[in-house]
Amino acid sequence: MRKKIFFNNNIPLPPLELLHFFFFALFTSLYTSLAQQLPREPMEWRRTYGRAPKMILLEANFVQFKEELLPKEGNKALLTFPFLHIYWTDCCDTEMYKSSVKEDMMRWQNSLRTHGSSDWVIIVVETNDTKKKNKTNILPRSSIVDKIRSDFCNKQSDRCVVLSDPLKDSSRSQESWNSLLLKLRTLLLMSFTKNLGRFEDEMRTLREKRTQPGWSFCEYFMVQEELAFVFEMLQQFEDALVQYDELDALFTQYVLNFGAGDTANWLGSFCAPVRNWSGLLLRRPIDMEKRDSIQRGEASLLDLRSYLFSRQCTLLIFLQRPWEVTQRALELLHNCVQELRLLEVQVLEGALDCWVFLSCLEVLHRIEGCCDPAQLAANCSHTVGLWAAAHTGTVLQSPYKKLKEALSSVEAFERHYLELSHAAMEMYQAIGRLRSARLVGKSLAEFYMRKGDPERAETFLQEALKSYVSEGWSLPVTHTRRQVAECQKLLSKTEDYLQTSALLAGDVNLTTDERKHFCQEILSFTGKSGDQSHKVTLSMGVFAQLTQLKFHPAAASVHSGAVLQVELTLRCLMPVSVRIQQLVASIHFEVDHGGTHGRSKGAQRRTHPGTVVFRQSNSSAGPPSSAGAGPSLELDEIQDRSPSDNSLNSTGVICKNTHLLMRRHDSNSPPDTPNCISPPTVGIKEGAQMLKVQDVTLEPGNNSITFTAPPGTYTLRQLCATVGEVQFILPHIYPSAQYEVYSQEPQLTVEPLSEPLLAGLPQKVKFTLLTGHYTVKKGDALQLSNTETMPILPSTKLVGESTLSIQSSEKVTSISLPPAPPYHTLEFQLEVLCIIPSGADRPANERLTNGEVRHRPRSYSHPDTPMTAIDQRMSIDCPWSIYSTLLALTFYIPFKTKHSLLSAGNRQYIQVCVQNVSDVNFALAEVKLTEKQHASLELQSLNTKTQQLLCCKHSVFCLWEVRWKDDLPSCLQCVFSANFSPLSQDISAYKPFHYQFQLERVTTLYSVKAEIFPPAGEQRCRSGVLCGLEVCITRLTEPAEGEIAEDSKTETDGPKTTKLMYEVADSSSNWAVCGKSSGMVLMPMTANATHKVQIEVMPLFAGHLPFPKIKVLKYLPHTAAVAIQPDPDSCVENDSLSLLDKTLDDQGDTASIRSRGSVHSVGSGDQQQKGVAMPRLEPFSPGQVFNHSHACQVLVLPATDDHIMEVNAT
Amino acid sequence: MNTNMAVCIAVIAKENYPLYIRSVPTQNELKFHYTVHTSLDVVEEKISAVGKALGDQRELYLGLLYPTEDYKMFRKLHNSFTDVMCNPFHNPGDTIQSKAFDGIVSGMMVQTA
Repeated sequence: MRKKIFFNNNIPLPPLELLHFFFFALFTSLYTSLAQQLPREPMEWRRTYGRAPKMILLEANFVQFKEELLPKEGNKALLTFPFLHIYWTDCCDTEMYKSSVKEDMMRWQNSLRTHGSSDWVIIVVETNDTKKKNKTNILPRSSIVDKIRSDFCNKQSDRCVVLSDPLKDSSRSQESWNSLLLKLRTLLLMSFTKNLGRFEDEMRTLREKRTQPGWSFCEYFMVQEELAFVFEMLQQFEDALVQYDELDALFTQYVLNFGAGDTANWLGSFCAPVRNWSGLLLRRPIDMEKRDSIQRGEASLLDLRSYLFSRQCTLLIFLQRPWEVTQRALELLHNCVQELRLLEVQVLEGALDCWVFLSCLEVLHRIEGCCDPAQLAANCSHTVGLWAAAHTGTVLQSPYKKLKEALSSVEAFERHYLELSHAAMEMYQAIGRLRSARLVGKSLAEFYMRKGDPERAETFLQEALKSYVSEGWSLPVTHTRRQVAECQKLLSKTEDYLQTSALLAGDVNLTTDERKHFCQEILSFTGKSGDQSHKVTLSMGVFAQLTQLKFHPAAASVHSGAVLQVELTLRCLMPVSVRIQQLVASIHFEVDHGGTHGRSKGAQRRTHPGTVVFRQSNSSAGPPSSAGAGPSLELDEIQDRSPSDNSLNSTGVICKNTHLLMRRHDSNSPPDTPNCISPPTVGIKEGAQMLKVQDVTLEPGNNSITFTAPPGTYTLRQLCATVGEVQFILPHIYPSAQYEVYSQEPQLTVEPLSEPLLAGLPQKVKFTLLTGHYTVKKGDALQLSNTETMPILPSTKLVGESTLSIQSSEKVTSISLPPAPPYHTLEFQLEVLCIIPSGADRPANERLTNGEVRHRPRSYSHPDTPMTAIDQRMSIDCPWSIYSTLLALTFYIPFKTKHSLLSAGNRQYIQVCVQNVSDVNFALAEVKLTEKQHASLELQSLNTKTQQLLCCKHSVFCLWEVRWKDDLPSCLQCVFSANFSPLSQDISAYKPFHYQFQLERVTTLYSVKAEIFPPAGEQRCRSGVLCGLEVCITRLTEPAEGEIAEDSKTETDGPKTTKLMYEVADSSSNWAVCGKSSGMVLMPMTANATHKVQIEVMPLFAGHLPFPKIKVLKYLPHTAAVAIQPDPDSCVENDSLSLLDKTLDDQGDTASIRSRGSVHSVGSGDQQQKGVAMPRLEPFSPGQVFNHSHACQVLVLPATDDHIMEVNAT
Repeated sequence: MNTNMAVCIAVIAKENYPLYIRSVPTQNELKFHYTVHTSLDVVEEKISAVGKALGDQRELYLGLLYPTEDYKMFRKLHNSFTDVMCNPFHNPGDTIQSKAFDGIVSGMMVQTA
């Protein structure tokens, strides 16, 4: 329908026939092109009330002016409203204008004014033809137009337009044509806007009057619909739709108010009983039949709603929003049903269902008609609701005989019903509305049940049940499950039915009577005798829940003599007490922790030892714990240790129950939950070991059942309750519970009572005997093999109430034990003494009494303590074993002892230093030094104190002078001995301490004397001036036997000589040695042989300078074999030698030293060193060379140059 | 009679099980349970639509499932639900057993005399 604009023309009757004719011809041609060209260009439409401006196309309809067509007062019709009046004239003759045209125009204007219309325009058409024909008496064109303007267009000059030569194809005429079109559009729109605004205002006024009595909704409906029509014609469908939506809302509000008790009179007509339920009609744009009934005020509620919706639908389809249609349709269906109820409209039974059904199909049909199939498929989420509504519409207990839709027979109805249901279900599934699909499926199942087809029904019910169970909706679960039970009973699925019955019997949503009924169903089955072959296995969870498992004692680990009890708490879900013939817990033997270790790993790890609490998986009520949270993580620490030294290689965390956690999520029902729909297939494992109790009665609620565990390490695996022919099985006990009944070997351990154990002093150690499975009988004794290095002291203490007696023979110490039961602990203390090894002597390996090679305790240094450690082993023969038990104890030597030889000229002194490295303070008494071999030798003690305090980390030095009568032996075997005791104890506790050492080459062979002479003519030395250094080396003794042998084998003739190397070195840079600093001296090997060496030295500073150091070394020619093979043992004690080595290394620049260094760098052992034929330097032993001028000083004066002052602060 | 009264109020956990569900009159309880459960389809659709369109916008109200609901009702219920969740003794995921919440729900429900 197109918009009509009344374009009134007043056509004056020209006097001339020709003109008359011509004008009509002209107008007809103009009219057509005007009507065509007017809507070609859009105009901007500015609107009132702040509505956004729009571009619209105007279309006009031209009608000849008649006075009757002018709108009368109060006429609301907008559609037939003349918006613009046009007066056409081609008058160009002033006379004619004055005579007739003006008058005619006046009349036209008056009639317009009387009808209140101010929208007009006068168009003056001028053609060349007219001009030509009336050349003589024609006034200039402008003057006619001017006249018209002055006569009519008072201040509104735009109300008169000139159209020149409309039929010519000149640019001028085109221009004037375009400007005319623009003018017409503008004026038309102005008028339209003005009139529309007025119309809207009037409409609003009318709406405001709705509270007044006598106001009619239908009347108002017609008015607002007029506006909607106008918008629709302007193609403003959005605006048109708004009008209908407003009407919709207004009506809805009235109905709601009616429901709330606020009645409007006009609503009465809508309360009439429903007589027509023909459904929506959407094929026609306007359902005139219904519109008329509304206009007449005879429409029913369904009529009004249907009409309103059909209009909305049309506009929505214009707006290309078909999916909104479906959505609104659903709302409409719901609404109408509600509204009819609110208005208390009488509805024939089934009429509404028919209406809903027909309407749904009509909407679907309409939508399908305007969309292609691909679109439909993509948007079936919008249509599915309607399909479902169509389905429910028919199922609402409607006697289907009454359905108009050719549902004449039961078969036809079924066919339709199934078709619709399946369509709805499929569509729901396609768009992922699975719950809705299942609900439809459920009602289908109900349908099948009524039809007596439980098999099909069960499929749908199970499907729905699965969904409710997995999402934890207890009430639907119960309801659906009861339906399932009915199916299963009809289908004689015994196991399934019993399983479901058990679930229902434990369902708290049911009444006690219902629960008892289902429980009875199970019990009556179990009571059936005969037919032994048919045993039914059901999941334990539906019947009873294992809530707790408790071990007595809690450690879950006992030795084989004791009793371990396993207490299960079963929560019975049945409404009545049930007697169980047998309850069995199957157990699995754990090979890994074979029973002898006596340490249970499984049970001790738990936070609550001995008690395992099982997760409560709710039966049917509450949140689905298994689906929601899932089982909790069970983590364990693992440590990978190196098998050799037990050091940690790696550590980590493992998850023990990955098999439960990593379950695929799409598997719908967790296997353990009692909610599972099908019974478990897992039976009880054949041949497994079992804990059993017979004849238990389970009361509703918690029941406690106690088993006694057989020996071994076992894990509880399954639980099975037998009631007649029915077995309830819990296939997995999780978290796993393990217990251990073990057998243990006797164990003997020893540990120090105090740390550390000190050697040389009596120390207490504790023996612990775990008897294990062994019973200690009277007369049983431990036989300890005696060792020299660690005697057992007789002061053994007994522990506990019984006595221990100790008998020592030469080889063994026997400790008789008191009688003791198995798995008992005996403790006793022994006092032992570890003899400190004195050092040098090394007896041959001995054999112990038991034939084992005696392990000589060897001292070694321990990284944690400065004390030297000794491992002492004990070998013990025990009555329960033919093998000896070896136990080790570590002792620490509290002292470190050092010795040194000191000499002064011919005199020799021996110094012994005892350092206390322990943390104990000692008293040291009776310090003695003896020489073993030489009786003539006298060692005179220079120590004054008889008793000395030796605090921890302190040292005591002792000194003896060596005196001899004949010759001093070159080798001395010395023994240092002292008594010591911890400070706190008295004299009797003193224990001896021995230290053996050997001194070699003690005789002084040479004395070295140095003198410094000032330069000639000077009294004193001066810094920077050369002075002389005289070194005098004197042989003191005749050569001893060994010395000759070792020194000079080759030179057999003449007096024996030996080669010495001297060296002057000044380490403190006080002296500069000029010329040779070292040299070789050939010394005759006779007493008092002397050799002097002159060396020039220069003092570098003034003051009392210490003499430069003079060293004398043995020079061994390259042919000489290495004489001294240092004893590896003495090396440890003989520190002075290594000290000398160090000083040698310190020295700078002699060639021989360098050569020695090179030997070191090449050499890797003694053998190699021997083979190299190089001259060598060898230091003398301490005491062999005596230096007279050691620590002498000489006064050096400053240099004569007084200007330089040097201060040497050292 | 106030038309804004509810006949059934349910609080559903994100795993789709009911944390709280109550309806009047009680004889229709089962029907309401089915209805609420089925409506989860629509809720899920709305949630996924919101997730796509609005990203992390924190608008909790999903809009009307059917035109009979009331926004204020949601706010009131949600505030009370927040209070329940703030209770340190409430374990999230457990069904709601708060008396205060029950009271709020009762106030919103149709009074059946």
